Amino acid sequence: MMLILKHLLVVFGVLAAALSASAGLVWLERRLLGLWQDRYGPNRVGPFGLLQVAADGLKMFFKEDWVPPFADKPVFILAPVLALITALLAFAVIPFTAEIMVADLNIGLLFFLAIVSLGVYGVALGGWSSNNKYALIGAVRGVAQMLSYEVFMGLSLMGVVLLTGSFNLREIVLAQQNMWFCIPQFPGLLIFMIAGFAETHRMPFDLPEAESELVAGYHTEYSGMKFGLFFVGEYLGITMTSAMIVTLFFGGWLGPVLPPLVWFAGKTLVFICLFILVRATLPRPRYDQLMAFAWKVFLPLSLLNLVITGAVVVAGR
Amino acid sequence: MTNIIFYLAAGVAILSTFMVITRLNAVHALLYLIVSLLSVALIFFILGAPFAAALEVIIYAGAIMILFIFVIMMLNLGPPAIEKERLLLKPGMWLGPGLLAAILLIELVLILTGPGSATKAAEVPPRAVGLTLFGPYVLGVELASILLLAGLVGAFHLARKERND
Repeated sequence: MMLILKHLLVVFGVLAAALSASAGLVWLERRLLGLWQDRYGPNRVGPFGLLQVAADGLKMFFKEDWVPPFADKPVFILAPVLALITALLAFAVIPFTAEIMVADLNIGLLFFLAIVSLGVYGVALGGWSSNNKYALIGAVRGVAQMLSYEVFMGLSLMGVVLLTGSFNLREIVLAQQNMWFCIPQFPGLLIFMIAGFAETHRMPFDLPEAESELVAGYHTEYSGMKFGLFFVGEYLGITMTSAMIVTLFFGGWLGPVLPPLVWFAGKTLVFICLFILVRATLPRPRYDQLMAFAWKVFLPLSLLNLVITGAVVVAGR
Repeated sequence: MTNIIFYLAAGVAILSTFMVITRLNAVHALLYLIVSLLSVALIFFILGAPFAAALEVIIYAGAIMILFIFVIMMLNLGPPAIEKERLLLKPGMWLGPGLLAAILLIELVLILTGPGSATKAAEVPPRAVGLTLFGPYVLGVELASILLLAGLVGAFHLARKERND
């Protein structure tokens, strides 16, 4: 009984933490962007503009929830739900501390990759069902981009798996007690981070929604809370990718003095801020540059990283 | 508990596969196919093959199906295509495939009622899958990779731009 209660507590705790983190991110991102672009950002609603999130949420709830008559209705409604659920599901395998994790799966890393690959459907179906040319172009771009970057996102993580000898995320963290994997797996970290930007289709890789050419890309026709779900899904994606970077390359909850959960949250926050800093500074590449970059530079690099890591592991036996 | 989950997943798989065949809209049919693949992955997981389950989701549901949807998105099928599908799915059309499926069903029932059970398997970790693939079955892996290479070269040839000289 106590076990079930504890498990339920962890599940709902993780859910609440993930959702409130992504809500808080809306505020954090706008404030930090303001700071880095030398302007104020939201500062009118509540202290430091903190209630801006609540105001935005209320606004979105009371907006007209409109389904265009030319859209494919069931798929149109399904798409934003898929976008949110796939972003949330990946939190199930992230080890927040040695005890706090929803599922201690032996194939934790593969589960994460599977969920990431399902995340494409939110974008693809959203754009297709809208029956709008801008949405369709955005979706086509999004699918091609996410599929390409997914390939070597998986490959870049195999170096970590080789060093640990396991797909279990808890064991991967425990294997970093002597040295964080960001040192021996530096190329892997770099490739995973860039692939993470592309998978969450964030600036500078937000070509699926590039507002200067495609209105709003795949979610052009969405309004109200359906748009809100896409929005929250994107912020959940940022949180999830940052948490995965910390787990795989920066020793997860490991660290001296402070409690493990504080270490995990602190490290994750650093990478979330990095996501925002990159958005504030880098311009978008052209679409063909983005794809050529993926297949001609990153794929060979991640394969090379895998081969060298494998050779080192075999030589060290 | 495991039995209940197994029968639920199996039921979802059968129902969604049935929906794949009867849908007129190609994208709706593909969505049901994805649900079917996901439930098969769940069955793999319950039967003690988590690695196969993960690959089923990553490769089939996550990569191959999305390419199908990609192609259909590009084709831009509208109401005329649905009308054509409706004509294709006349009652008479069901006869041949139905007969073939019935033969398979009879075989399946015979196997299931025979001796031995398939559900009594131990969990197979990823390491064991790798050792078997690159141990006794290495020839199969090599043959598959040659096939994939041929496909890659063919795709490259088809997509190559003609040089103007």
